[in-house]
Amino acid sequence: MTARRVVITGIGVVAPGGIGVKNFWNLLSEGRTATRGITFFDPSQFRSRVAAEIDFDPEEHGLSPQEVRRMDRAAQLAVVAAREAVGDSGLELDELDPHRVGVTVGSAVGATMGLDWEYRVVSDAGRLELVDHEYAVPHLYNYFVPSSFAAEVAWSVGAEGPTTVVSTGCTSGLDAVCHAVELLREGSADIMVAGATDAPISPITMACFDAIKATTPRNDDPEHASRPFDGTRNGFVLGEGSAVFVLEELESARRRGAHVYAEIAGYASRCNAFHMTGLRPDGAEMAEAIRVALDEARVNPEEIDYVNAHGSGTKQNDRHETAAFKKSLGEHAYAVPVSSIKSMIGHSLGAIGSIEIAASALAMEHHVVPPTANLHTPDPECDLDYVPVTAREHRTDAVLTVGSGFGGFQTAVVLTRAERRAA
Amino acid sequence: MSPIAVITGLGVAAPNGLGVKEFWTATLRGESGIGRIERFDASRYPARLAGQVRGFVAEEHLPSRLLPQTDRMTRLALVAADWALEDAGVRPDELPPYDMGVVTASSCGGFEFGQNELRNLWSKGSQYVSAYQSFAWFYAVNSGQISIRNGMKGPSGVVVSDQAGGLDAVAQARRQIRRGTPLIVSGSVDASICPWGWVAQLAGGRLSTSEDPARAYVPFDARACGHVPGEGGAILVVEDAEAARRRGARPYGEIAGYGSTFDPRPDSGRERGLRRAIELALADAGIDAGDVDVVFADAAALPAEDRAEAEALTAVFGTRGVPVTAPKTMTGRLYSGAAPLDLAAAVLSLADGQIPPTVNVRPVADYGLDLVTGAPRPAELRTALVLARGHGGFNSAMVVRAAA
Amino acid sequence: MQFTLDDLKRILLESAGADESVDLDGDILDRRWDELGYESLALLETGSRIEREYGVSFDETAVTEAETPRALLEIVNAQLGASTAA
Repeated sequence: MTARRVVITGIGVVAPGGIGVKNFWNLLSEGRTATRGITFFDPSQFRSRVAAEIDFDPEEHGLSPQEVRRMDRAAQLAVVAAREAVGDSGLELDELDPHRVGVTVGSAVGATMGLDWEYRVVSDAGRLELVDHEYAVPHLYNYFVPSSFAAEVAWSVGAEGPTTVVSTGCTSGLDAVCHAVELLREGSADIMVAGATDAPISPITMACFDAIKATTPRNDDPEHASRPFDGTRNGFVLGEGSAVFVLEELESARRRGAHVYAEIAGYASRCNAFHMTGLRPDGAEMAEAIRVALDEARVNPEEIDYVNAHGSGTKQNDRHETAAFKKSLGEHAYAVPVSSIKSMIGHSLGAIGSIEIAASALAMEHHVVPPTANLHTPDPECDLDYVPVTAREHRTDAVLTVGSGFGGFQTAVVLTRAERRAA
Repeated sequence: MSPIAVITGLGVAAPNGLGVKEFWTATLRGESGIGRIERFDASRYPARLAGQVRGFVAEEHLPSRLLPQTDRMTRLALVAADWALEDAGVRPDELPPYDMGVVTASSCGGFEFGQNELRNLWSKGSQYVSAYQSFAWFYAVNSGQISIRNGMKGPSGVVVSDQAGGLDAVAQARRQIRRGTPLIVSGSVDASICPWGWVAQLAGGRLSTSEDPARAYVPFDARACGHVPGEGGAILVVEDAEAARRRGARPYGEIAGYGSTFDPRPDSGRERGLRRAIELALADAGIDAGDVDVVFADAAALPAEDRAEAEALTAVFGTRGVPVTAPKTMTGRLYSGAAPLDLAAAVLSLADGQIPPTVNVRPVADYGLDLVTGAPRPAELRTALVLARGHGGFNSAMVVRAAA
Repeated sequence: MQFTLDDLKRILLESAGADESVDLDGDILDRRWDELGYESLALLETGSRIEREYGVSFDETAVTEAETPRALLEIVNAQLGASTAA
């Protein structure tokens, strides 16, 4: 029995500088950056004061005032992205069997913005240790449990199949999609609306990354602050956003004449079992995840046309990842274009993996590899082709995208053109 | 044929017993761990009872290097994982690292750790926020820390679906075993009994405000008035049956079936999803309703929710068609820790031939449930069904079968 | 004001505990942090507590680049001297 082949037939993206797939791709292919000085709150007390914020008006994107009120920003982003994905897929929701439609939503940090703000209220700006329930909003429980994100997406698309949030730190966005692939392969659903969201640009997040000096202090040049693989990089730029996909089995997509962006042909996740935030420089566990994902996809390293890197812009990550590519792809690591879109839209924690799957699928769609913006100064330890500054026209039929996260999680996903092999 | 997943080790941290033996002895005796909140002054809040894990001294079990960077739920989970591995007879350093993974659930992360850092931030300033805040509170922390402590590099994960997540994690563990990883540490522990967690749970509007530990959490009773929250849960070692057999392990039972559904929008008028989750789990296990010997209920203790659960059960099993129990009446609802603890109770029931009781409850006759109350009921048990529902509409069901 | 090894040990224990195999009361001044069981995260937490408690402020990489307790003591005391002189 051959496993069911799972493909992407719909994409929705809400990203910094690009709400909607078209705007998102324009930003990436033009190599523009969407990082800026923080405007969401007064950042003056923080070490890092740069972020990739979205100018997002939820009501303009179809959410009702009640939905806006009860949802954390991360849930709002996910619902808007999910609706775009379903629209893009050409599926008619009322013609589907809701029991066969499921939802997975990745999120690393849940309703951080909502929790940060509500804590401030119920504690009276930190004065009360015994926080005051009289001042709590009724939807505080929805912030308490980020599973509410999956519930909101399920309600918005009418799903009644398996529904959950997947939360594996900064690989959540890859792992949530892979979880959905698994449910489709095993036959637990026919359609999965799957993706990820995070909206972490909030004082508590800035403070916790300040404390470990993970974010960049390049506050005087926010537009060029995210510099993955560049010799002058000094930390990542926090971002926010969501990408959601419609996933289905290849045969059913063909039957209904759907546009197929890409097949999710292989994936694997491994842990480094080393440190909650630290990485061993050899990249062994990420290399192992890549090796297994390629194997499952039946793709040779030489067949990978583009590597969408984690590329967060910390020295530790960039070197770890470069080592992992060399270990898993061999000589081909030097030949294949590798780029990090975090250079343009920052690092949206759990969401970014899904946004990077979207970028990978769009690279296949357009045969254009997005660049690594702000890459001018070589780092001798990062000596691959990182597609500096300018997007590149490049035949792209197979993409490797990877993620690496706190907790030690390393995930690799291989996307291929569905026509690549006989059904 | 795809590998069979079996449970070979249990680690329990429950309000009525720390450790498997203590928990199971207390549970069969009907001893409850519900009492007044001791960890903070709850007198100003409308709900004041909780199921607290007592007698847990983290310093006795964990290296001091781990303590500043861990929330209570992580400490409990790490120790429960140690116990589960020991119970399974597994020495992780003797196994290939990629052959072991960790899949846990979480409902709200390390909420007390987060509370303390939010307080530092807002009362003192951003430079007072701990370097550990970047991971100590987040939902993935227990899987990450268990993986690091035990050198487990295989496929791992974390699911969040409120109370239902406890079963969803174990189901995901089974998937990873079917995909070829021989051993997954799974289950879940939650702990959020702190003022900030309490206020968040109060906002949900489902907490019992009763002052009487014997009346506060009474599911399927006419006096049902919400639940008492608890902390704790269970960590399970789940293994490929063949690998377990090769190393001579004695499984507690097999994870035989699983189903998961989501309720329709509340205003849709469509049937809710619990019945379907049960049917999916039975079909997945390849059994009929008549094969199920006992059901561990979700037991929300809100009249509408109790009725919905009773209707789903009677629709599948008939009126009083199967013994039903809710030992969580002795622990409170443990969020994502509840269902793994019920799985532990279920496999212990299968082994002992005793159904643990639901305490303090006088069941509403109209619900049509054969609720096991008062004392344990001896029975020939081969197959148990565990149910878990999460706020917002998550429904999961899992069938466990005595090891062949 | 002087920042002593005892001050450092107290803050280390609060910030990061101590590895069971290491005796912090032994001769640790010139041992490397990794030999003592501390990694950069523990040092960042330690450094930020020292900054708060002693009112000093370190350069971006000063704490993680100080390879031994002695090196860290020197950085703190240089700062304390500077602030005393000012």
